[in-house]
Formats: sequence, C-alpha cells, structure tokens
Amino acid sequence: MSAVPSSYAGVVPMNSPGTYLNWGVIHISLANVIVIVAMLVVFVLALILPFAGRKR
Amino acid sequence: MTAQPGDERMWTARLRRRAVDTLPPEKLLPDRQPAYVASWIYVFGVATLAALIVVLASGGVLALFGPQWYHTSTAGRFVNSLHLWSVELFFFAMVVHMWGKFFMAAWRGRRAMTWITGAIAFLGSIATAFTGYVLQSNFDSQWISTQAKDGLNSVGVGAWFNVLNYGQMLMFHIALLPAVLGVIVVWHVLLVRRQGVAPPYATDAEILDTAPQADPTTPTAPEGVPTEEVPS
Repeated sequence: MSAVPSSYAGVVPMNSPGTYLNWGVIHISLANVIVIVAMLVVFVLALILPFAGRKR
Repeated sequence: MTAQPGDERMWTARLRRRAVDTLPPEKLLPDRQPAYVASWIYVFGVATLAALIVVLASGGVLALFGPQWYHTSTAGRFVNSLHLWSVELFFFAMVVHMWGKFFMAAWRGRRAMTWITGAIAFLGSIATAFTGYVLQSNFDSQWISTQAKDGLNSVGVGAWFNVLNYGQMLMFHIALLPAVLGVIVVWHVLLVRRQGVAPPYATDAEILDTAPQADPTTPTAPEGVPTEEVPS
C-alpha cells in the first residue's frame, strides 16, 4: 500500500492502524461509529427541522 | 402513416395501451407533489439516486481509463476518490431514507413491492460495494477478501463466487451487479411514481377514517394538513 501524502497526514492519521472500540462481543472501528452517529443525527434533524422555503 | 382498421388489435397497440395504463405519463413525471413531501425526510430518496448517478458516472470513467491511470495520475486519483466517496454518500443517504420509510411504514397503501424492491436494492448495493472494496489492489482489499472467503466458503458459495479471483470480482463489480442493481432501482422508482409517495402516518389514518373508498395511492390531505400541493 502506498503511503498517503504528508499533506493529508495532519488531518487524518491514515498511515497508522485505525482506532477500534470494544464492548464485549462488539468490535467496531471509531470511523464506523462516527458514520453511524452522523446518520442518526441527520435522521433526527430531517424530522425536526422545517423544510427549506416552507412557512410554518 | 395512417392507422388501418384492426391496428388496435396488434400486439404493439396492446402493449402500448398496457404500458400507458400501467405507467401513465402524468404519474411518471408529475408537476406537483402532495404537501406532506415538503419535509427533509422525503429528500433522502432522491439524494440516494443523485449519489448513485455520480457512482455510475465516476465508475464509467474509471472503466474507460483503467487502473494505471486512476492509481498514478492526479486526475485519476481524483475520480477514484470521487467514486469511493460518492459510494459513502450513497449508503449514508440510503440508510437515512430506509429508516424514514421503515418508521412511517411506507409499505402501506399497496406499496409492499416498493418496500421489497428497496430492501433488495439495499442488499444488492452491499454486494456491489463489497466487490468494489476487494478490487482496491491494496492491503485493505487483501484483508477483506481473505477474511470474506472463509465466510463465503462456510455457506457453500465460494466455489463460484471466489473473492480471491480478481477477474471474477471485477466482472461482478462493473457488469453483473450494476446491471441487476440498475434494473431493481428503476423498478423501485417506477413503483414510487405509480403508487405515489407514501404519506405520513397521520395523513394516512385520516384518509382511512374519513374516506374509506378513497384510492390509497392518491391520498388527499385531511383537516389540519396543508392542502396545497408543492412543485415537484
């Protein structure tokens, strides 16, 4: 695998092993947890935020 | 060319009538939508479609120029990254879309096949993305494929779906699975157009309470719900 250019390395440490979280049998990468949480946040916001250009 | 007596019985005329009856143009491309679609939760279906178009277009460019281009040149790496990140966005939007449809029980009003085709498209997308991940030609793809082969062998499909066979995975990824997925997605969208966008719970309950004879595929707004329609 080629090394990631150094200009990216400061943003995300892509040349080192990823961070994993463990709860009993659950073993998941931090990146996946972040994506799942982001989806949940977007889902809730989509339900509660008023639609663009719509008067309530 | 003028129509001749008996033309209406020809198979072309019968097929045309059936196509128009099944998928009327005004339902395929409606000018306005019910007022309840003016909500962010109704945006994620079309967001998924938009991301899918970017996935297909960027994948087409990758296929045209090949791995020596997209692994070495700046433009190639950009399109390669565009392909990956549009897939991430595609799944993100699709999962939020699916949660929204699940919690509003969007299979109501004779929309079961719409839900089923959506669920199959989701599973098919996972398979398509998986074959893409094993094509990355890096340690990640080696790790994914060598781990996956044990699982696939344990369920008996490894003999004809061999994740260590690069050529076979490439064909699955760029030909077979996109073709199947394309058909399912088009089917899903046509069903959405034909049956109409699933209404929220309250709207549907009001329709059932107040107008049992109403066509559930073209709901009318009940009291308390904005009656105006919004442009598509």
